[in-house]
Amino acid sequence: MQMNWIGCWALFMKEVRRFYSVAVQTIFAPVVASLLYLLIFGQVIEARMDVYTGLSYSQFIIPGLVMMTILQNAFSNTSSSLIQSKMHGNLTFVMLSPISPLELYLAFVGASIIRGLAVGVGVLVVGILGFDITWQSPMWILLFAILSAAIMGGVGMLAGILADKYDHLAAFQNFIIIPLTFLSGVFYSIHALPEFWQVFSHFNPFFYMVDGFRFGFFNQSDVSVGFSLTVTLLFFVVVTAINLILLYKGVKIRH
Amino acid sequence: MLTPAVSFQAVHKQYGDLSALKSISFDVRPGCFFGLLGPNGAGKSTLINTMAGLVKPTSGSIHVNGHDVIKDYRQARRTLGVVPQELISDPFFSIKDLLTIQGGYFGLKGPAQSKWIDELLERLALSDKRDALTHELSGGMKRRVLIAMALVHQPQVLVLDEPTAGVDVDLRKTLWEFTKDLHKKGHTIILTTHYLEEAEALCEEVAILKSGNLKALETTSELISRHRYRYLRVTPSSSLFDVNQLPEVLRDLYVEQDANGVLFKLEKDMPLNPMLGWLANAGFDVQDVTSRNATLEEVFLDLTGEAE
Repeated sequence: MQMNWIGCWALFMKEVRRFYSVAVQTIFAPVVASLLYLLIFGQVIEARMDVYTGLSYSQFIIPGLVMMTILQNAFSNTSSSLIQSKMHGNLTFVMLSPISPLELYLAFVGASIIRGLAVGVGVLVVGILGFDITWQSPMWILLFAILSAAIMGGVGMLAGILADKYDHLAAFQNFIIIPLTFLSGVFYSIHALPEFWQVFSHFNPFFYMVDGFRFGFFNQSDVSVGFSLTVTLLFFVVVTAINLILLYKGVKIRH
Repeated sequence: MLTPAVSFQAVHKQYGDLSALKSISFDVRPGCFFGLLGPNGAGKSTLINTMAGLVKPTSGSIHVNGHDVIKDYRQARRTLGVVPQELISDPFFSIKDLLTIQGGYFGLKGPAQSKWIDELLERLALSDKRDALTHELSGGMKRRVLIAMALVHQPQVLVLDEPTAGVDVDLRKTLWEFTKDLHKKGHTIILTTHYLEEAEALCEEVAILKSGNLKALETTSELISRHRYRYLRVTPSSSLFDVNQLPEVLRDLYVEQDANGVLFKLEKDMPLNPMLGWLANAGFDVQDVTSRNATLEEVFLDLTGEAE
């Protein structure tokens, strides 16, 4: 079937304009929150935590914080947009249009990548201004940033599809997304953890996104970057497949 | 033979134990002003939503202008505009932006589309609200926005699901003028409404649903003329007319009493003489008698009020 690219673009631009119209809440606030993490954790833990050779703790956590904001904001973009559209009823307009499930998915996930990257760049710029950050492999940085934002946009879409009210979404975010993000090695190298938690971290897909992203900055990582990319790609395929199945079946959207 | 504007073939929708639609089959001819009537819970909105692709039928098929709404949903949706029953809002975009975005979903953009949107805003008296957000509008204006959204891709078939619910008289008039104009231009209009006088005045054909079953399907005039009853209004010369004094035989025919007299429902082939005789024998002083056919509302009540 021929793609409706104009329709897909219209929905993508709508989603981008939606978060841009409330940029203080969707872009600037997350940047400020991440900088607070950097100031507080950097100052308090700087002297107490061993990370990679030749790196200060603040230098170490900046890529982690960038990735954390990318993950959380990409998730928020699709999930909050979908639940709001359901609550206000305006999702009906998209459902009545000739936009296919794949086009819907691409538009929503595309917009979540833009928001994730916008916030991530904001954190990174401030980090660069305050700290000596190196860019060993920019392609890895970009690849992991886009792929991770796409995954979390997809996870946000799943949450938005399945949630019937804001409470469901808050539960998803507070009990799944935030714990997995905080336990993904944003603030530490997993080698600093007891053995049990090191093993546990390897079952957290967010860990591979953070670790691969950090490799792009320092050429150092907890696991090989190739393995991180494989796991991340696999996660992307699984999230995309589940989304497309739900959208084609019309679960919670077409009754 | 012309392709039907909409064709329902054995459409069944099951929600758990509830059969919302029970093997509904009928066609709506192109260019028809069609009324889809029924009491609350009859299945009207479910049927409309199956047509729009918002609800998946459990079995059966629906075609809009020959396009299957599931297998060929893109083409089906391009020829169908739906004004949903619920008022919908969007807190982020102005009315003009919403219409532009909605047109974009259908692959429409450029000066011609922009001109059509301006025309829609003009026709629906929304030009001065083009930059407003939906939550800044009254209920009636929101309803007009929904109509504009449904028409943004110039569909051949327009479905209006309870468009006048909670709408004031002025807007209703504007809305019907606009809808009649679209109909004149060849659009097929499918209307659900609880205002049966409106349906009688506007709709050339009607379908009546009850509990998911199709109870009637024919032209409005045939449905009314084929109805087995007529109505007799008896105006008594005295205001002391007491319906409790009516003889048994008349009590069975009695419908209601109001300021204009007493209304009786008679079989069409029943002669008037015995009726008048019974009234005279009961001591009722009759000043005037008028006879009329049933209204659509009375036919509707008869059809939907009878036992399953």
